[in-house]
Amino acid sequence: MAEYKRPTTEAEFTANFHPKKPLMSDTEAYYESSRCLYCYDAPCINACPTGIDIPTFIRQINNDNKDGAAKTIYDSNWMGHACGNVCPTEELCEGACVYTKSDVKPIEIGRLQAHATDKVIHAKKKLFITGKPTGKKVAVIGAGPAGVSCACELRMLGHAVDIYEAREKPSGLCVYGVAPYKLTNEEAVDEIAYLQEQFGFNAHYNKPVTGRVDFERLEKDYDAIFIGIGLGGTSALGIPGEDKKGVMGALEFVEVLRNKHQATPVGNKVIVLGGGNTAMDAASESCRMGAESVTIAYRRGPEEMGAYTFEFDLAKKSGAKALFNVTPVEVMGNGSVTGVKFIRNSSANGKLEAIKGSEFLEPCDMVLLGTGQGKQVELLKQVSGLMLDQKGRIVVNERFQTTNAKYFTAGDAMNGGVEVVNAAAEAKKAAHGIDTYLGK
Amino acid sequence: MADLRTNLAGIKSPNPFWLASAPPTNSGYQIMKAFDAGWGGAVWKTLGVPVVNVSSRYGAVNYRDKRMVGFNNIELITDRPLKDNLREISEVKKRFPDHAVIASLMVETKEEWHQIVRDVENAGADGIELNFGCPHGMCERGMGSAVGQEPKVLQTIVEWVKEVAKIPVITKLTPNISDITRPARAARAGGSDAISLINTIQSVVGVDLDTFVPYPNVDGKSTNGGYCGPAVKPIALNMLKNCAQDKQVGIPISGIGGVENWRDAAEFILLGATSVQVCTAVMHYGFGIIRDLKSGLERYMDEKGFKTLDDFRGKALPNIVHWEDLNLKYKVVAEINADKCIGCQLCYTACEDGAHQAIGLSSDPLIRIPSIIEENCVGCNLCSIVCPVEECITMERRDDGKEQLTWGERTAAGNIPKTFDDPLAGGLHHWVPEPAEALVTKKPRHYKG
Repeated sequence: MAEYKRPTTEAEFTANFHPKKPLMSDTEAYYESSRCLYCYDAPCINACPTGIDIPTFIRQINNDNKDGAAKTIYDSNWMGHACGNVCPTEELCEGACVYTKSDVKPIEIGRLQAHATDKVIHAKKKLFITGKPTGKKVAVIGAGPAGVSCACELRMLGHAVDIYEAREKPSGLCVYGVAPYKLTNEEAVDEIAYLQEQFGFNAHYNKPVTGRVDFERLEKDYDAIFIGIGLGGTSALGIPGEDKKGVMGALEFVEVLRNKHQATPVGNKVIVLGGGNTAMDAASESCRMGAESVTIAYRRGPEEMGAYTFEFDLAKKSGAKALFNVTPVEVMGNGSVTGVKFIRNSSANGKLEAIKGSEFLEPCDMVLLGTGQGKQVELLKQVSGLMLDQKGRIVVNERFQTTNAKYFTAGDAMNGGVEVVNAAAEAKKAAHGIDTYLGK
Repeated sequence: MADLRTNLAGIKSPNPFWLASAPPTNSGYQIMKAFDAGWGGAVWKTLGVPVVNVSSRYGAVNYRDKRMVGFNNIELITDRPLKDNLREISEVKKRFPDHAVIASLMVETKEEWHQIVRDVENAGADGIELNFGCPHGMCERGMGSAVGQEPKVLQTIVEWVKEVAKIPVITKLTPNISDITRPARAARAGGSDAISLINTIQSVVGVDLDTFVPYPNVDGKSTNGGYCGPAVKPIALNMLKNCAQDKQVGIPISGIGGVENWRDAAEFILLGATSVQVCTAVMHYGFGIIRDLKSGLERYMDEKGFKTLDDFRGKALPNIVHWEDLNLKYKVVAEINADKCIGCQLCYTACEDGAHQAIGLSSDPLIRIPSIIEENCVGCNLCSIVCPVEECITMERRDDGKEQLTWGERTAAGNIPKTFDDPLAGGLHHWVPEPAEALVTKKPRHYKG
C-alpha cells in the first residue's frame, strides 16, 4: 500500500517529490547559522572530501556576508550547490558535527551551503578571476561534476579548456542520475551555467568522444586531456528473462523520471533488485510515483547493503518493503514481466549459499535493476597506453595522471563510482596535476 | 512558602517586581494589565510638561539570533497631559490598593516640583521617583541626567521635593558618571528616602552600513540614546554594589538594569536591592514574564530556606572586596571531563590564542579531546567559559586552603615587584613559547597558506 497517490499533473509530481533538503529562507539560514560553535580544526571540514572551510562559511552567512560564504565554498568545491543538495551529509560533514556527540541536532550544513550558493548563482555574482593565460589548451571529456570541476580549476590556473559532452546537457548524473527530490535539473544546470559564465570554458554538447580517431584528434589539438566520463549504463544481471518488457536499469529509470516527471511509466508492483544507493533511490521514487507496492530485494542481509542507512530509511519511509537474503534466478513473464523467481540464501562467513528448494515467486509488473553501473571499458581501451585495474577503473598516480602521460582523470571513471563531492575533490587535484605536467 | 512581600522605604508591594518608568507604564491600561498579571508595582512613565516625541525611537543590539541583547531609546518622558495621567493613577489605585504605584517626575522649577508632587499625592501615588537619569533629550534641557551628574543640583532638587512630599521619595540615578556614590550620597543628604539605579547608559547602538545613519533613524539623522537590556546588567550590578556597600549612602535601593528573569532578580537582591525594576524584558516579551519571575524566585528562596527577601538581601555584598584583599595563594586549574567533551576544541583555541597556551591537542587528529597542561594553567576560567557543554570543564582547587596572602599584605611586607625586571614578577614561573614557535605551531588542516 503506497503512501503516495499516482501523480497525474506537474503539481502532483512536485508535491510527491518535495525536496528532501528544501532551500532555506534567509531567516532559517540566519537561525541555523547562529547555532554553529565554530569548532577549532572542525571535524566537519575534515569529513568533507573537498575540505570546505565550513565554520567560516557558516559564520559568513550569519554575518550577512553571503557572497563571502559562497566564495569560501567554491574555493574548495566547484560543485558547491550540487553538493549542498546531493551530498550524503549525514555520513560526511553533518555526521561529524560535534553536536551529534551531545544529542543535539547537527548543523544543517548542506542546506546552509545550498542557501549561500543559490544566492550567488541567481544574482550571477562574479566571485573569481581566471588565471593569466598560459597559452596551453586542455580537452575535458565529459561535463559531469569531475569534468566541470577540472575545467574551472584549469581556468583558474590560466589554461584554455574545451569540454566535450556526449549529451545535450551538462552536469552528468546531477541531471541524469540523482533523485529528483535531491536536486532539480534547473538547479544543476544553473550552477554550471554560472560557472561557465565566470570561467569561460568552452562546452560542446552532443559531442561524444567515441573511439581512437577522436582521442587521437584530441591528442593532436590539445596539450593535455582530462577524462571525466563517469560510468556506463546499468550492468546486466545475467539471468533468464531480464530482456522482458518492464525490466530496466534503476539509473535509466531515474533518467526518464527526471525528464518526463509524471509521464514516466511506473508499474503497480515494482521490484527493485540491489542494495546500493541507486536501488534505494529507485525504490523511493517508485513509491512517490504511486506504485501500489515496492519491494527491494537484496542478496545479503540489511547490514551488508551498500546503501547509506539514511537512504534505506528514506525508501522505507516512502513505503518500500525489503526482502533480504534472496537471489533472483529468473524474470518471469510472457513478453512483459509478471514476476521474479527468487531463491533464498544462507550466508556463512560472508559466502552466499542458495538454500535448495527455497525458490519462490514474487509477482510484479516492473523490475528495476539497481545492480550497479558498468565501466566504459571498451571506450577507454581506445586510448593508447591507458591502464585499467581489474575492476575497469582507470589507474592513476598521485597527481591523477594516467599511464598515458597526456591523460588525467578523476570521478567515477577512476574511483569506480562514489559521490559528486569525491569527483569534485579529485578533479580539482587533477587540474593541478595537469598544471604541473604542462609546466614541465 | 517564600514570602515575596516588599517594603521599600515605606512603599509596600506584594512582590519586589516593579515595572520601571518607561513605555510599559505609559498608561493606566498597561499598569492595570500588569498588576492583573501579577506585577507588584509600577513606576509611572515620567510625568512633567508633556513632550513631543520623534519617530522612530528604538534601536537594538542583537547577538547572532538573539534579539535585543541590548536596547536603546530616544523616547522622552510622557507625551500625555498630566490630568489624564493623574486620573488614571487614581483609577489604578482604587482597583489595586495593595500594589505600589510610584510616580516618576521630571520638571524644572521649584514651583513646578512642589505643584506636581502635591498633584500625584492627591491622585493616590504610593511614592515618588525623581528622574535624574534620562541621558537624551531631557538632559539637553537641563533635566534628567544633567541633574544626576551634578550632585549639588541633585541635592537641591531633592530638598525642594522633600519640602512638600508626604510619601516616600526615590531618587533615580544616572550611570553616566564616573562615581555613582557621589550622586547617591547627595540624594541621601537631600533627604531622599531611597535611590534607584541604573537609568540608561548613553549610547549609539549601531550604524546603518548603507545609509551611514546610526540607529534609530529619524529622517536621515540619529542621536545618542539610552542603553539598557540584558547587556547592561553587569554595569548595573557593579553600581548597585558600590552604593549598597557605601555606608554614607545607607538608604534602600531599587535595582534596575537588564533584569529579565528570576535569576537576575535574585542577583540584584543578593547585592542589596530591595525591589527590582524591569522594562526591556517586558518590551520584548510582555507582562507574562512575571510568572517565571515570581515562581523562580519563590522556588529559589524555598530551596535556600529564605522565608523573606530580607533573609538574603545583600548576602553577596561581603563577598565583594578590593582586589588587594583577594587571596593570592588560592589556586585553581582547569579539568576537562572527557566523558562530556564533544571535541569542539574551542577551549584549545581560546587558551592557545587568547590566554596562556595551557591546553594541548593529541598528535592523533582523530582524538579530539584536548588536555590541560597543568603547569601552564593560571586558572583564568576562559576555557570553562567558552566550553559549550555544561560542567564539562571545571575549575579544580589545587592549594590546600591553609595559606592566605593578599596583595595588601605583600605590599605591607615590602614583598612585591618594584622594578621592571623584578624577580618577583608573577609570570616568571610560567612557560611562554619562543615567538618564532608561532610560525611552526601545527595549523588546522584546512588553513590556507
